[in-house]
Formats: sequence, structure tokens, C-alpha cells
Amino acid sequence: MIPELGNFALILALLLAVTQGTLPIIGAAHGIHSWIALARPVVQGQFVFLAIAFGCLAYSFVSNDFSVLNVARNSNSELPIQYRIAASWGSHEGSLLLWVFMLSAWSVAVSVFSRHLPDEMVARVLGVMGLVSVGFILFLLVTSNPFDRLFPAALEGSDLNPLLQDPGMVIHPPMLYMGYVGFSVAFAFAIAALISGQMDAAWARWSRPWTTVAWVFLTIGIMLGSWWAYYELGWGGWWFWDPVENASFLPWLVGTALVHSLAVTEKRGSFKSWTVLLAICAFSLSLLGTFLVRSGVLTSVHAFATDPARGVFILAFLVIVIGSSLLLFAWRAPKVGLGGKFDLVSRESMLLANNLLLMVAAGSVLLGTLYPLIMDSLDLGKISVGPPYFEAVFVPLMTPAIFLMGLGPLARWKQASLPELMLRLRWAFGVSVITALLMPFVMGEWKPLVSFGLLLAFWIIATIFVSIRQRLHNSGQGGLFTKLARQSRSYYSMHLAHLGIAIFIIGVTLVNGYETEKDVRMEIGSTVTMGGYTFRFNGASPVSGPNYQAMRGDIDVLRNGEKIRVMQPEKRTYNASGMAMTEPAIDTGLLRDLYVAMGEPLENGAWVVRVYHKPFVDWIWFGCLLMAFGGILAVTDRRYRLKIHSKHVETAAVADGKRVANNNTGLATGGRKA
Amino acid sequence: MKPRHKKLAIIASGVTALGLAVALVLNAFESNMVFFFSPSQVAANEAPVGKSFRIGGLVEEGSIRRQSDGVTVKFIVTDTAKVIPVVYTGILPDLFKEGKGVVAQGKLAADGVFRADEVLAKHDENYMPPEAAGALEQARIQKTVMTK
Repeated sequence: MIPELGNFALILALLLAVTQGTLPIIGAAHGIHSWIALARPVVQGQFVFLAIAFGCLAYSFVSNDFSVLNVARNSNSELPIQYRIAASWGSHEGSLLLWVFMLSAWSVAVSVFSRHLPDEMVARVLGVMGLVSVGFILFLLVTSNPFDRLFPAALEGSDLNPLLQDPGMVIHPPMLYMGYVGFSVAFAFAIAALISGQMDAAWARWSRPWTTVAWVFLTIGIMLGSWWAYYELGWGGWWFWDPVENASFLPWLVGTALVHSLAVTEKRGSFKSWTVLLAICAFSLSLLGTFLVRSGVLTSVHAFATDPARGVFILAFLVIVIGSSLLLFAWRAPKVGLGGKFDLVSRESMLLANNLLLMVAAGSVLLGTLYPLIMDSLDLGKISVGPPYFEAVFVPLMTPAIFLMGLGPLARWKQASLPELMLRLRWAFGVSVITALLMPFVMGEWKPLVSFGLLLAFWIIATIFVSIRQRLHNSGQGGLFTKLARQSRSYYSMHLAHLGIAIFIIGVTLVNGYETEKDVRMEIGSTVTMGGYTFRFNGASPVSGPNYQAMRGDIDVLRNGEKIRVMQPEKRTYNASGMAMTEPAIDTGLLRDLYVAMGEPLENGAWVVRVYHKPFVDWIWFGCLLMAFGGILAVTDRRYRLKIHSKHVETAAVADGKRVANNNTGLATGGRKA
Repeated sequence: MKPRHKKLAIIASGVTALGLAVALVLNAFESNMVFFFSPSQVAANEAPVGKSFRIGGLVEEGSIRRQSDGVTVKFIVTDTAKVIPVVYTGILPDLFKEGKGVVAQGKLAADGVFRADEVLAKHDENYMPPEAAGALEQARIQKTVMTK
């Protein structure tokens, strides 16, 4: 009964989405106020029904209803409750339901926080989001219904993939999806601007915080995915340039370009068409990413052949969304205009160069991800493109981008002087070069690549320092703290995010340069030494978990002959699926991680053990967190809060005016627009 | 400079930079493509010598031999028509099993042994690496053609 209820709620949500996608847009075009006014209530109604549908699916998982195909395939009665809930978005069907549920949540957020926007604009934005929602709900209902029944019901479910039974995996997909779906808001704003032909600084100011929030979610989502791969896959790597990872990285690259281009559009009114194009690209890549990961194309292009309906629907949907928005762009972009002019050397031109570099980087990732798929589907041979390609492309592309990252914040808008910039940054440059040359000696060995990576990182840090110093110098009277407090949050947010990049680069550089890895055979009592630490293997013993059996190794870590820690990696076998899994033990530290994973058992209680010493590896994720914090700080900037505040004043004034108008003439329609 | 010249200069430098970047990307792409060959293709000497490539198929039953150092493993990959011996040093993925699908990347040595520097993990028990599945399918088709 509950699954049918969910299915019914999903159908009702589809009807509301169709309404949301048509009437408000038509209403805005023809000035029909009652149709425009429909947008908000319809959005909220759709949210309620999707919440019911999602709740029904979660209930089916929690209550172990194995008569639902989706539940029988992805859950098991032994599965702990938190993973049963997480299993609702562990499958293709469930994750798509989560996607549209989040889309409706973002739509509700837009409908609530957009009271200061013109009603026509809100109607168009919500209408576009409604159309996207129609596509997704149709896809769910037609090809991937999460509520499909299994007859006769299964006695037991076949379990959630053990790799996904992990706290990191519980929150990683929702975070990532919040990011993907969040770009739909930027996309909808862009399409609305194209339809209306109006795009000004106010437009950029409205869509900027939404884009930033989406970018923050995506950053955290990718970070969690990378961290999960590090501690759960048992391979000790943090990024594999796997198509699944690339799928999330593509919208991030374009989204990062979009965040910067929006800044120019807001502050200077430039880059208008470019911003719109980026918003379309970012969302298109989010769609592509969702489908790449979820449709099964990546595991096999021939997955399409086994279920052609899905493949055809996905391709058609992508073609319609991307094609129609690009067509609209080609038709209407001249009307939106290019915006303000700027000089060859100016902050605008540097941001433009940065944008182009990010786009080329995104293009190269797209090529490396899609080309093998296209070749395979055309039967032109099987190829794969591994990490060496991406590394060979990324370092040279990102180097000038990072150099500009130090220059840009110090350059003037519209027209800057290169000699003056060089003069202002000569100390920053000198200091970063010297530190980068000396630092590797502190780590024990000088390596050119390490020195180069550190140069990029120190350059960012040094320029941030110079920028803040000069800013304080020019900000009037008062003590240091008064001056510091006078700067806007958006100013600090920029530097915080850039600092995150620097920290990230330090982590990547040092872990790549100095990590040590050993796969060794360890007898009971034998030791292995690495990075100043000695690991002593005391044997392995059986333990049982809630839904698995495991062999747990016992390894003492010694430093200077003293025992500082016990590490207990596990080799698990899950009861329901019989799948084996390596659960490494990690000792996290500010300057290094120790990482131990169990390989295979050998005779006499000996094991093959993998031991890693990874200097500075946690800085990678800490850097990502700083970027995300930067984004959060940016959306809490004073000018957004101020606007909400002034908005209250404004509506109060309008209400007053209304009252006066009512008293005088009894005609007060359209008072809000006054 | 006149504004028109300035504009031209911007466009020209932009196009040059973009061209350079694209050349870099394509060059890196070309030199880092890894091709896939089935054991039958390797037996027919179609695979390159001294260049890294991928092989795939099933791990032959009873073929896994662990060397005395404990971390070097020898096994045989088959597409049911031809076989290829593989040697790998390191920890194998959790789902590496005899009779299951496998994909390995490495180089073919002069002695005909494939020296793998990477054995690819599957993330799911039921999932067969697409390359491995393709190799088996190819061998099956060829066999039926030959028996006819």
C-alpha cells in the first residue's frame, strides 16, 4: 500500500510540475497575473508530494518491504538502520528520486527567498525549474520507477554494496546532488534572463549567492567522495581520474568559472553573455554527470542495449535541455549584450583568462571521459585514458591560472598597470621563490616538482598577504582590528577560498613527492620501518560485525622504540553478498597519515600487509573545506543581509502606500511594483 | 594603440593561447591512450611490444600461484580460446578471484609474460569489466565460426 501511495504522489507531483513549467512562463509572457501568481503555490505543492514519495520509499527500505524490487535489490534485513535509510538513494531509481526531491527543495527555497524579485522573473525562473522537474519525474515514472513491485516478493534482499555501507557514503551523494541540482537555479536564472532579454547588475546579484551555495555543496560533495575513496577503497589514493569522479569534477570546474564570471557581471556589468553560457554549461554538465554515473553507461556502454528505453530517454532529455538552451542563447544573447568594456590589462581580462583556462581544463576532462565511451559505442576499439593524461594536461593549464590568481585580486577593474603590479608584488614573488626552493630541504630531499608545486602555493599565500596589507593601508584611520573589521565578508571569502587552493596544492605536492608505500609479507612478530615509524604485526583474529565477519589485524606502531599506537585494519566478508572488503586503519595527523591495510592471508598466520606513510595528505581535504567555507562566508556578506533588511522596509512602505491608496481611491493593484 | 587594434590584439592573443592549450591537450591525449587487447589478439601478436596496454578476460581456475616473497602473484588470464600468463607484485583487489573477470594494465615482456603494474578492481560482485566481457564474447564468436 505504501509504495502505491508513493507512486501516486509521484504522479501528482508530475502534474504539478507540468503546471509549474507552463502556466507561469506563459503568464509572464502575456502579463496574466493569476498565472504568474501560480508559480509559488505550485512549487510548494510539488515539494509536498515529492516529500511524500521520498518518505514512502524510505519507509519501504526501513520496513524491509522486499516486495518492492528496488528494496529487494539494494537492501537486506541485517543491514543497520542508518544504511537502510541511505540505501533509498543507493540505487539508480532512488538516487534519481532524491535528485528531483532536491530540485523541488531548491525551487521552494527560490520561491521563499525571492520576495524582492519582480514576480515575472520569479515565475520564469520557477517555470524553467518546473520543466527540468518534468523531465526527471517522467524519466522516473517511465523507465526507472522506484516503486515497482516484485511478484512474488523476495524473502530476503540482496544487500547494499558493502562499499556504500559507510558514513561517508551516506552523506556524499546528497551533498553532490545538492551541488548538481543547485546549478539548476543558476541555469533557470540564465534562461529567464534570455527569455526576458533583461540582464543587469541586479540579475547577477540575485543569482550569485545561489550559484555560490551550489558550488559549496559540490565542493563538499567531491571532497567527501575523495576522502571516502581514500579510506574505504583501501588503495590509499585520493583521486583516480575515474569517469565517475570526472563526472562530478566537470560541473565543478565550470561552476568555479561561473562564480568568478558572475562576480564580474555584478561588479562591472561585463561578461554578460559569457556568464549566461557558463550557467547553461554548468547545469548541462551536472545533468551529464548524473546520467553518466547513474545510467550504467560507464560500467558498460552496452548497458544501453539491455535497457534501450533508459538510454534513449536520457539522450533525448540531454539533447532537448542542452539543445534548446543553446538555441535560445544563440537567438537571445545579442539582446542581453556583452556589457562594459575593459582594458587588455585589467582585473576583468585576468578573470577572463582564468575562465578560459578553467573551460579548457573542463574540455580536456570531458574529452578524456567521453572519448573512450564514444569509441566503444561505435565499435572502434576499446581504449582507456588514465591519470597520466589528466596530470599531463592539468599542471600546465592550472599553472598560469594560479599565477593569475595572485595577480587578479590586486589588479584594478577596467584598467590596470602591469609595471605597477610587478612593483607591488616583487616581494611576494621573491619570498615565494626562496621559500619554495628551501622548503623541500626541510622535508629531507630536494625535488624539482615539489619545489614547483610549493612555489604555486606560496605565491597564493604571499599575494593574499600583500593584498590584505595594502587594503588595510588604504582603509582609513583606526587600529589594526578596526581596519580588519571594516573589510567586507566577501573580500575575506575570496581570500579564504584562494587560501584553500594553496593548502590543497601543498597537500597534493607533498604527498605525491614524499609518500612511501610498501606491500610486505608480515609474519607474526615481524616489523617494517617507514618514515621513522616501525610497524609490528601481532597477528590477526576473527571478529564479527552486525552483518559481516572479519579478520582483524593487530599492529603496534613504534617511534624511537616506544609504542605510540595500535592499528587494527580489517578484512571483512559480508554475510548477504559474500563480498570481501578491506577496511584499512588510519592514524590521522596534521603532518602525516599512517595507513595500514590487510591484503591476503598466507600460511602460519602471516599476512600480506600494505603500509603507507603519507605526509600532509589531510591538507588536501582541509583545503577543500577552506574553499567551501570561503563560499559560505561569501553568501553571508552584508549586502545580501542588507537587502533582506531593506526589503522589509520597502514592503512596509508599499503596504503603507497601499493603505493610503485604498483609503483614497480604493484601487491598489500593482502596488508592489511601484 | 587604437581601440580597434587593441581589440584585435586581444582576440589574436586569446586565439593563440587557446590554440596552444588545445595542442597541449590533444598531444597529451594521444600519448596517453591505453589500448585494450584480448588474449587472442595478444596471441596473434597484435599487441604492441614495450608499450603499456590493457588485457582482460577470466582468471583461469587453479592458476593463481603466490611467490615465496608473499606479494608477487602469477596467474593466467583466458578468453576461453587463448591464455596469457600475468605476473603482478602487490595487493590484489578484494574481488580478484579465480573464475572471475579481470582487467590488468602493463607491458608484455619478451618471454611472453604480461607484467602488470595495475590490476583493476571491480566494485561489485556481479559486475564484469566491460573489456573482459567483450574479450570473452569475441572469443566465443570466433570459436563458433571456426567450428562451422
